[in-house]
Amino acid sequence: MRHTISISVMNEFGVLSRIAGLFSGRGFNIESLCVAETIDPRVSRMTIVTSGDDRIIEQITKQLNKLVNVIKVHDLTGEEYLERELALIKVNCNADNRAEVLSIVDIFRAKVVDVSPRSYTIEVTGDEEKIAAITELLRPFGIKEIVRTGRIAMARSPKAK
Amino acid sequence: MKKTGAEIFIESLFKEGVDTIFGYPGGAVLPIYDALYKSRLRHILVRHEQGAVHMADGYARATGRPGVVLVTSGPGATNTVTGLATAYMDSIPVVAFTGQVPTELIGNDAFQEADIVGITRPCTKHNYLVKDIRDLARVIKEAFYIATTGRPGPVLVDLPKDVLNDSTEFIYPDKVHIPSYQPTYKGHPGQIRKAVNQILASKRPIIYAGGGVISSNAANELRQFAKKLGIHVTTTLMGLGAFPGTDPLFLGMLGMHGTYGANMAVTNTDCLIAIGARFDDRVTGKIDEFAPYAKIIHIDIDPTSISKNVVVDIPIVGDVRGVLKDMMKLLTAAKVREFKKGLKEWHGDIDGWMKTHSLSAAQDMTRKIRPQYVIERLYRLTKGDAIITTEVGQNQMWAAQFFKFKEPRRLLTSGGLGTMGYGFPAAIGAQIACPDKTVIDIAGDGSIQMNIQELATAVEYKLPVKVAILNNRFLGMVRQWQEFFYDKRYSYTCIGNKPDFVKIAEAYGGVGLRAKKPDEVDPVIKEALKVKDRPVFMDFVVDAAEDVYPMVPAGQPLSKMLLV
Repeated sequence: MRHTISISVMNEFGVLSRIAGLFSGRGFNIESLCVAETIDPRVSRMTIVTSGDDRIIEQITKQLNKLVNVIKVHDLTGEEYLERELALIKVNCNADNRAEVLSIVDIFRAKVVDVSPRSYTIEVTGDEEKIAAITELLRPFGIKEIVRTGRIAMARSPKAK
Repeated sequence: MKKTGAEIFIESLFKEGVDTIFGYPGGAVLPIYDALYKSRLRHILVRHEQGAVHMADGYARATGRPGVVLVTSGPGATNTVTGLATAYMDSIPVVAFTGQVPTELIGNDAFQEADIVGITRPCTKHNYLVKDIRDLARVIKEAFYIATTGRPGPVLVDLPKDVLNDSTEFIYPDKVHIPSYQPTYKGHPGQIRKAVNQILASKRPIIYAGGGVISSNAANELRQFAKKLGIHVTTTLMGLGAFPGTDPLFLGMLGMHGTYGANMAVTNTDCLIAIGARFDDRVTGKIDEFAPYAKIIHIDIDPTSISKNVVVDIPIVGDVRGVLKDMMKLLTAAKVREFKKGLKEWHGDIDGWMKTHSLSAAQDMTRKIRPQYVIERLYRLTKGDAIITTEVGQNQMWAAQFFKFKEPRRLLTSGGLGTMGYGFPAAIGAQIACPDKTVIDIAGDGSIQMNIQELATAVEYKLPVKVAILNNRFLGMVRQWQEFFYDKRYSYTCIGNKPDFVKIAEAYGGVGLRAKKPDEVDPVIKEALKVKDRPVFMDFVVDAAEDVYPMVPAGQPLSKMLLV
């Protein structure tokens, strides 16, 4: 099963390599990994999407916690959380189908961020399914290039009772 | 007053209470060696950096205090890797300092540059590159703290030459504050209560103790706990000495070369109490059939050890010593009395197993020397009062089976990584730590050649380390596997009758002795034990056909032992 794990780490030299090395050395999968500084510049936040059965996920979280630079490990799976990915999609278009492409962009609340006579570059954010859906709809026009970030995620605040 | 990085390094070691370091000089660490020239810090000059790490490791295992290593950049640093990996697998506190090229050259493929922080990331508990002299004292403090707390392990600190030459105000921090590193020491009271109830409800309990008992200094607590409840104890290789080897409740080692009694007891137990052990594959055999009838209680300071290989019923994360004390508080006399009444039948079963297929070192005096006999004689003639180190292979297993370790920190052996060449330098480190003790490396003729250069170190410091070479002219353990599982195709395991170990020892300035017949064994050992000022090689020419029994073939359950 896929899990989204959010990790706070000390923003130090070599931390990314320690975490990547832990995954490769112990044979765990990384499906995506995002990392950036938090509001406290001494701390970075990583979001890792990984997969495995319960025992493997338990080992992953424990092994991550054991790293000296890791402050907190939070497996978001099974909780209420927000997840987003961003994709840049460069799609072919011409005078005949520009309107159709734009309407897809509109439906997905995406943006056109670059235009050329033969293409649009579209920026879209959303969860994995939304990105997959727009990609499918744009595919018939001819996707020239696609770049995606990994997933970032955050636990939802508890709802008022 | 300002001090240079090199001076801060030495002052910080004094602050940590370090009395001895093991090292080898080179270009990048010259500033430290220059500062050492004027310092009273004791530096042991080794002959190979791998030897330095194993010595520091042996020093640490024998004393419980961290061992300290100092080497230069590049090849000096890369030569420490095997030693660090050895210490890492066995959770031994070692702090290694490596020289590094000046910071402005890092990444430029400079002369004697290696990315040692990158290389050792997976084989150290943690490591550091110090880029600013103002971080130096704090990093050294943290390095010792991390190496010795929680589950111990090696820590490496990489020191660029310009940082060593730079200077700053020396302030050694009193305390360490690492928000992301907070080991759990105290066991959860609810889990402890559950565990005690589980034990008291059991009829066929067994304690399976590992090296964690020794690193936690919990041998006394383990003995009290086992004695109080009348529960038999088996240990892992790393746990030998955690429970007295001569105690009637001791079953010997379990696992691949464990005793018949220990393996049968573990196979039939209804309550396995794992204490500071990690269910290594050499211990469990086929994992699905390990302790199949047991509720498993697991006490360990490292949460990652719990339910890694074997799913555990009652985990307790915490320091073994404190957890055992807490458990004993819950044992009332009445409950204990009731519990012990129920153990009679189980104790009868165990006695039966221990009597069948018991280990034998019997020697026919008219035939070739049996290696088991040599170990048995070493045990008798030292009255068990010695620190034993081993190499890896048959020598290691026979030492584990036939020498009875009465106390912890008496067997120093590379259990996890299985490093040939470990025993001799570890023995040197132990001898330096314990100058009045008899220290014996039980070696094979293969392993001893992997760090034989340290003879020079032992001679130079007048260390009376004894090396008992069980010389069978083979890489014996591999040969044994070839015999059992590869139809006796002895592919590249015969290393022949060379070199002449007596002459080698003498060439370095040590003593060389040889026994070719069983009746020469005692005189050679007695002669060796008399030597007090230099190393001794005892070359025991043993029967090459001897195998280590019992043996559980890899991947088989513990109950499927090959017995002689």
